[in-house]
Amino acid sequence: MTTQPRFAAVSRLLHWLMAPMIIAMLFIGVDMAASVSRRYDLFVSIHRPLGIAILVLCIARIVNRFINPPPDLPDTVPPLQRFAAKASHIALYALMLMMPLVGWGMLSAARYPIVLYGPVRLPPILPHDLTLYAWLRELHTVLAYLLFATFLVHFGAALYHGLIRRDGVFGSMTSWAQGSMHFARTNPASIQNSTQTPEP
Amino acid sequence: MKPFWFKAATATNPGLLVRLGAIGAVLLSVTGAFAYTGGWLSPSRLTPDRMMAAFRDANGTHVGFRRNHAKGVCVTGWFESSGQAAAVSKAAVFRPGRVPVIGRFALAGGMPLQPDAPNTVRSMALSFRPPGDEEWRTGMNNIPVFPVNSARGFYDQLLAFSPDPATGKPDPAKIKAFMAAHPEAARALTRIKKREVTSGFANSTFNSLNAFRFVDVAGGSTPVRWSVVPVQPVTADASEQSEAEDKNYLFDDLIAQIAQHPRQWRLIVTLGQAGDPTNDATQPWPEGRQRIDAGTVTIDRASSEDSGRCTAINYDPLVLPAGIEPSDDPLLSARSASYARSFTLRAEEEHEKLPSAVTPEEVQAGGKS
Repeated sequence: MTTQPRFAAVSRLLHWLMAPMIIAMLFIGVDMAASVSRRYDLFVSIHRPLGIAILVLCIARIVNRFINPPPDLPDTVPPLQRFAAKASHIALYALMLMMPLVGWGMLSAARYPIVLYGPVRLPPILPHDLTLYAWLRELHTVLAYLLFATFLVHFGAALYHGLIRRDGVFGSMTSWAQGSMHFARTNPASIQNSTQTPEP
Repeated sequence: MKPFWFKAATATNPGLLVRLGAIGAVLLSVTGAFAYTGGWLSPSRLTPDRMMAAFRDANGTHVGFRRNHAKGVCVTGWFESSGQAAAVSKAAVFRPGRVPVIGRFALAGGMPLQPDAPNTVRSMALSFRPPGDEEWRTGMNNIPVFPVNSARGFYDQLLAFSPDPATGKPDPAKIKAFMAAHPEAARALTRIKKREVTSGFANSTFNSLNAFRFVDVAGGSTPVRWSVVPVQPVTADASEQSEAEDKNYLFDDLIAQIAQHPRQWRLIVTLGQAGDPTNDATQPWPEGRQRIDAGTVTIDRASSEDSGRCTAINYDPLVLPAGIEPSDDPLLSARSASYARSFTLRAEEEHEKLPSAVTPEEVQAGGKS
C-alpha cells in the first residue's frame, strides 16, 4: 500500500473556492423559486453574478484538470466504485458548466436583463423567444435538482472515504498540511512511506 | 448480501455502524435543509405557486394569458426626455433625447375576456429601450394607492374576493374578515373608490404606486414615485351606452384614438422626503412634494396582443436601469416573483392560448368590434 497523493494545490483551491459558491447557489436558487418575500430581489441579484462567477471558475477548472490531472484512486477501490467516481465527476463538471449557461440562455430568451452589478450587464446569448424560454426554464430546474443529487452522492462518497475506508481519498482534497496525510493513521504502511519521504 | 468491505470493516472496526449512521445523518440534514429552503416543508409559506393558485381560484384557468391584468392591448411609441430628471437619476433614459417604448394597456383581473367596465382598474405598462442593454420596465395603475402593502395582504385579498362556488359571488363574510384583518386595505379602498374615473385609457393617469429610489451621478439617493399624466383633456366617464354596445369599448376607443393621432402622457416624478413611507403602497405621500416633469410618452401605434410586441414581455417592476433602484417596499419582490411565475406559465402554454379579446382584426378595423 502506498500513500494516496494529493490533488495539486491549484486544484484544491479551485475545489474549495467553488464548493461553497455552488452550494450557496443551489440554496439561493431553490429559495428564489419559492419566495415572494423581500429577499427574492436580493437573492436574484446575487444569483446572477454568482452563477457567472461559477461559469468562469468552472472553465478555469476544466483547463486546470488538463494541466494538473487528479491523482489516481487507490488500488483498493473496487471497479464499480471507480466507475461511479468517474461518472459522478463527469456529471458534476457537466452540470457546473451547463447550469450557468442554461441560466444565461433562459434569461436571454425571456429578454430579462443579465445584470451583474449596477450598469454591468451581459449581452443576451439567445433570441427573445417564449417557447425557448419555457424549455430552458424547465431545464434549469431539472439540472438544479440533478446537481443537488450529484453533490449529495459526491459528499456522501467523500465522507465514506474519509470515515469508513480511510484510504486517503478524502485527504487528497482536504489535506493542506505539509507532507504527511491526516487520514493515514489506519494505514501504518502509508505513515512509514510518508515519513520516509518528507517534503523539503 | 453485504459487500465484502462491509464484513471486513465491521470485523476490524466496531465503530463502523456509528460512522455510517453519521454519514446518513449528515446527508439527510443537508437534504432536509434543501427541502425546507425550497418551501416543501412549509405548507403555509407564501410562494409564487400558491399565488398562482389563488389567481386560479379567483378567476378560473385561462391558458396562455397573464394571471393578472389578463385583458390588454400592445402599443408602441417613444419617450422624449426633458432632461429634468437627470439631476436626480443617472439613468440614460433621463438624458435629453428620445427612446423607443413598448407598452401595454390592460384591465386588472385575471379574466382575459371580461367586459370593459368603468370601475375596473386600468393599467399602463411601459418598457423603455435606451441604446445598450439597460432597460426600464414599469407597470402603473389608475388608482391613487395600492389596496394592500404586503404579499400576504395581496394573497388574502385575492382569496377574500374570490367568487364563492355556491353563489358565484364573493362571500361578504370573507370580505368583512379581510377588512378587519387588513385595516390598511380598508383605508386604501376608500381612497380608491373616491378616485376620478375618466372616459377611457387615453385620459387616465397611471401611478407607479410602489416607491423606488433614484440615484444620481454622485451616488445621492432620493425616494420617488412616478405617474404618467395624460396630455389629452380629462373627461368624466359617460360609458353607460358604449358599455352595453361593446364589451371592449375602452380598448376600442383607445385604438380609434391612437389611429386618429398619437396620444401623450407626461412622466411626472414625485420626490419623497424623509419620513414619507416608501415601504407602504397603501399610503399616499403628503401633498406639495416636489414634482419633476421628466418628459413625454407618446403612443402612436396599437396592436392586438396576439401579434404585438408586448406579449413576450414580462413587465417586471424590478427590471431597472442603473440610476433607478428598488425601495424597501416588500410588494416589489412579491410582484417580481409572481410576474416571473405567471410569465413562465404562459410561456409554457403559448401554443394552447386562445385568441385575445381584442383581436388583430379588431385593431385593423380601427377599434370597431
